[in-house]
Amino acid sequence: MLRQIEGSRAVAETVALCRPEVVCAYPISPQTHIIEAVGVMVKEGRLSPCEFINVESEFAAMSVAIGASATGARAYTATASQGLLYMMEAVYNAAGLGLPIVMTLANRAIGAPINIWNDHSDAMAVRDSGWIQLFAETNQEAADLHVQAFRLAEELSVPVMVCMDGFILTHAVEGVDLLDQATVDAFLPPYDPRQVLDPANPVSIGAMVGPEAFMEVRYLAHLRQLDALHRIPAIAEEFFETTGRRSGGLVRPYRTEGADTIVVAMGSVLGTIKDAVDIRREAGEKIGVVGITSFRPFPSLEVREALRHATQIVVLEKAFSIGHGGVLATDVAMALQGTPCVIREVVAGLGGRPITRQSLVKLFYRASQGELGSLLFLDLEHDVVDREVSRMRATRRSGPSAENVLRDLGATRGEGALS
Amino acid sequence: MTKRPIRFYQVGSFAVGNRLLSEGDRTVQSDPSRTNSIDSGHRACQGCGEALGARYALDAAMRATNNQLVAVNATGCLEVFSTPYPETSWRIAWLHSLFGNAPAVATGVAAALRVKGHTEVRVVSQGGDGGTVDIGFGSLSGMFERNDDVLYICYDNEGYMNTGVQRSGATPPAARTATTDVVGPQPGNAFGQGKDLARIAMAHDLAYVATATVADLHDLEAKVERAMQFRGARYLHVLVPCPLGWGTASSETIHVARLAKETGMFPVFEAEFGVVTSVSKIRHPTPVEEYLKVQKRFAHLFGKNPRPEMVAHLQELANRNIERYGLLDRAEPASGVVSGEEPA
Amino acid sequence: MNKRPFAITLDVGTSRSNHTGSWRVERPTYVDRLPPCNNACPAGENIQGWLYEAESGAYESAWRALVEENPFPAIMGRICFHPCESACNRAQVDEAVGINAVERFLGDYAIEQGWRLPAAGPASGRRVLVVGAGPAGLSATYHLRRRGHHVRLVDSAPQLGGMMRYGIPAYRLPRRVLDAEIDRVIDMGVEVVLNHNVADIEAERSSGHFDALFLAVGAQLGKRVNIPAGDSAKILDAVSYLRDVADENPPLLGRRVVVYGGGDTAMDAARTARRLGATEAVVVYRRNQDKMPAHGEEYEQALGEGVTMRWLSTINRVDADKIVIEKMRLNAEGYPESTGDYEELGADAVVLALGQDTDLSLLARAADVEVHDGSVQVAQDLMTNGRGVFAGGDAVPAERTATVAVGHGKKAARGIDAFVRGVAADVTPKHELADFAHLNTWYYSDAERTQRPELERIRRQDNFDEVVLGLTERNALFEARRCMSCGNCFECDNCFGVCPDNAVIKLGDGTYDINLDYCKGCGVCARECPCGAIEMVPERI
Repeated sequence: MLRQIEGSRAVAETVALCRPEVVCAYPISPQTHIIEAVGVMVKEGRLSPCEFINVESEFAAMSVAIGASATGARAYTATASQGLLYMMEAVYNAAGLGLPIVMTLANRAIGAPINIWNDHSDAMAVRDSGWIQLFAETNQEAADLHVQAFRLAEELSVPVMVCMDGFILTHAVEGVDLLDQATVDAFLPPYDPRQVLDPANPVSIGAMVGPEAFMEVRYLAHLRQLDALHRIPAIAEEFFETTGRRSGGLVRPYRTEGADTIVVAMGSVLGTIKDAVDIRREAGEKIGVVGITSFRPFPSLEVREALRHATQIVVLEKAFSIGHGGVLATDVAMALQGTPCVIREVVAGLGGRPITRQSLVKLFYRASQGELGSLLFLDLEHDVVDREVSRMRATRRSGPSAENVLRDLGATRGEGALS
Repeated sequence: MTKRPIRFYQVGSFAVGNRLLSEGDRTVQSDPSRTNSIDSGHRACQGCGEALGARYALDAAMRATNNQLVAVNATGCLEVFSTPYPETSWRIAWLHSLFGNAPAVATGVAAALRVKGHTEVRVVSQGGDGGTVDIGFGSLSGMFERNDDVLYICYDNEGYMNTGVQRSGATPPAARTATTDVVGPQPGNAFGQGKDLARIAMAHDLAYVATATVADLHDLEAKVERAMQFRGARYLHVLVPCPLGWGTASSETIHVARLAKETGMFPVFEAEFGVVTSVSKIRHPTPVEEYLKVQKRFAHLFGKNPRPEMVAHLQELANRNIERYGLLDRAEPASGVVSGEEPA
Repeated sequence: MNKRPFAITLDVGTSRSNHTGSWRVERPTYVDRLPPCNNACPAGENIQGWLYEAESGAYESAWRALVEENPFPAIMGRICFHPCESACNRAQVDEAVGINAVERFLGDYAIEQGWRLPAAGPASGRRVLVVGAGPAGLSATYHLRRRGHHVRLVDSAPQLGGMMRYGIPAYRLPRRVLDAEIDRVIDMGVEVVLNHNVADIEAERSSGHFDALFLAVGAQLGKRVNIPAGDSAKILDAVSYLRDVADENPPLLGRRVVVYGGGDTAMDAARTARRLGATEAVVVYRRNQDKMPAHGEEYEQALGEGVTMRWLSTINRVDADKIVIEKMRLNAEGYPESTGDYEELGADAVVLALGQDTDLSLLARAADVEVHDGSVQVAQDLMTNGRGVFAGGDAVPAERTATVAVGHGKKAARGIDAFVRGVAADVTPKHELADFAHLNTWYYSDAERTQRPELERIRRQDNFDEVVLGLTERNALFEARRCMSCGNCFECDNCFGVCPDNAVIKLGDGTYDINLDYCKGCGVCARECPCGAIEMVPERI
């Protein structure tokens, strides 16, 4: 049923169709609307049986989910940004224990400086935790991915994080075709846990593992993610057969046929990129785009297959590893080892900086002209940076950069500086 | 619990069991078919109070719940010595997640049991004092506040023993730890600090809060049993001496716990809905000095450069407990008295 | 099949493959230490052992354990001065266990129930002559019969019992009790010869073909001193006096009786005089109360019955209706000295209770039996220098109490048994003493205040027989349960409970074992054993 609906609401409705048994909630923008909506459904009795638990922190949220999942309940929570970092220890723990928790991550920048807007820094911070990380391009996909996520998580006993861009998706109202309960029930069988806390069949879960077996435990976790590389497309295919919708999967190429330049990106920005690609294609440029849905596990083979005929790869990402460069770009480069492809890293949209079609069209034009360097920060205010850099050179104590930058920006725009 | 007065002296209330007691009046520990929640082969130090306290409490909980029990464990000695791969010493369903989240994990376990209709299965969450009063405190307070159906048991050995005896929020004043060394003008842990978690728990208006020691098994078991009669969040704080961290002989574990109670340093009481309902009276009033002197962590208070003023300060703290809880009121029978068999 | 995660999730009980016993440098070992009561009992009773049975209400088992060593619990429960209670560790917690009261209860209960002593052992073909049917002789007879030896028991008196009958007044030891317990011994099959004075033991031995002799002739001769006396002064000795009373032929002493001496016999004589109508019974003793040899209980009871004391006094002269006493004082060494200060005291008779001597005329022809200072000299096994001639009781150097005599009888029987069988006496070394330092008295619960006075009242009853049996039993049980079982496991399960490693095995038959696979040797079990029945023994590494 197609409804004009906020992204958060669409996700909440879909999560409810997945019959989560324990949902833990702690407010943090921009995921709050999801958890609020689930809470209402539980309180109304529309989602039952389900325990909706208002916890005291994200650390508790993930911990409650761990306990619930280990006791055989389907567990769900949602978070973002600082919240993800605050629960990080438990995030790793859930993966280490192999608990099939599903969590929505409404992607948001990480402070300081505190910033509530979208980028992918939070997801990148837990990249190595052992969670499967799926990135939604649209609200429709965000909703659909949750159904697939529970299925995948429980098949493999691995937690799955569904990443959707904060505000851009979570707060956007657009048409989403919500599934019906029968469809979801048919697609998602009840949770049959691999291990469960049960007095009738007691086991010790969470042992201390020393050097004699830790490597093996980690390797086995890796193997499970490699399994996921098979299961993710298979589940997406089955989802397509059930619903007629293409959601999920590993990678999603768009107009890559015969492309010299291919743009790689994740999340909602793919929509804007596709528009820009269309414009450049109309201009005769051989350019395409590959969206990556599964960031972890990283589908190296599929990425390589999708990109290897191009000469230039532009990896546009909403995060970067300070002091190094792109995170996704590094993974793409690994996938393309031994090919002649040139990789251009473009960092864009940090802290909610808009990524406009205009900027992208200009970027792709420059790419076609071979003007891109190896690392580029899209729409960076170079004047501001330069001024701060020179100030920093003048004195070792130049005050906090963030305030200085804001002051400069204010001056530039003729507004009052922050006092 | 209704307690009938004992009718004879020899065994009475304090031994683990006795052939003269009816089966029902013996402790769970006297039962050869007790659970042994923690099995032999665990790697706790000789004379470990925590290994003992945990078995006492959990075996009692197993009996009280008709073996319908699951346990969540915080990181710490208890976890490390019990579950080094490939061996576990737990005989009960047991889950370890992290250091600071055992109460929240238990919340999740309880929620899962409730949603699945397994309300007969009860949840115990447990940790050391570090995991309870320090790193797990937020999580514990959250669990308390939500009144989740969890009995939280803190095995208090007054420091971070697993990491090599560092100070925790439960380390007593003047005690030596690796991070409160006996150097400088105020050797050992500072006065005027520390967290009284039992009272904090009471401030959450919990249905049941109690303290106990490994020195009085009957009392400890009665409290576990009582705790299991309530639903919602409950808190049990058990003093478990650590031979390593306290610098006591391994054989003295129970004895030193007894001294902690008998000196008033560790008040033993229970409270329901925020009100103290009973206290374990001091049987043999004992100056704190006798408690301190048997522990090397307080050795700097005696010997060549004695610190009588610090001993006096500790005595004041004990006196405060004695006064606060009425530990010396002799009008009532000593706690822990259980029923005895009437001669036929 | 096993879908559990590798390494992270483990199956229960797997730690049992980790044998932590290898950490151990000391191992706990169950021991039996010697309880101080047992150690102090002159009759060698296993007091802790029979109290243990009594605690559970198993009175017959308790009585049987008791009579293993001493066939006279009802008698001992009345006349023993219970050194066991003086030694009792419980005295250091609150007050000693009333062992004697429980013993009396068991003895009376056994008489009431008609329990029999164990049957005599299979006939050994050996013959033993026991001379004297007092506590020593009767005890020896009992133990010899249990070993299957034929016993001829001879006594010069018309009835069995010796000083128990002729020295101890009936108000302390009712004759029906005495008879009941003696009869039980005789019922084992004893050749009894009464009214027979043994004049020559060698003659008696050879004519009767005895393999061994036990001389238990007691000390029946009251000591006399020369006190100037008027013609009509009435002076007699306490032993004769008490014997005549026992024979129901009490002499007439008049209204005012003075007893001279400070021992138990003096108290008995004074109390007896009171019972026979003396309005004044005054004990004159040359030293003070601290130096008085009489047992405290006897003294207290005497005072309670109206006997009065004249301390630091000697009798200088006795006349028909008065005596002259001289005041004494104690010198630095504690000996009495004359003061030259005299006083007259109205008295119709004087009873001398100055100690007893043994009539050893029967040894006149037994040259090899050594006598020194009026006592027969014996070795450790109570054998005299005469081959096969043993002696015990008041006739040998020892404290002169019935309980000591009973102990002698047992010891002599053991020695005689070894002698007649031609083997060395079995001497088992005593266990280490379970002194107070071995105990962890925390575990013994406090008495209820309401119960203690009642108990006290019962314990102080002069006449146990008057107490209602039910109440008596309850209190006896209560008292028995006050026993701390020093040095001997009483199945409190503490070791089983307090082991942090579950390394104590409860075997189910009242005993425990250490699982050395897991015992780390922490010592908590030994430390928390209430009764000191676990010892930490260093491992040989």
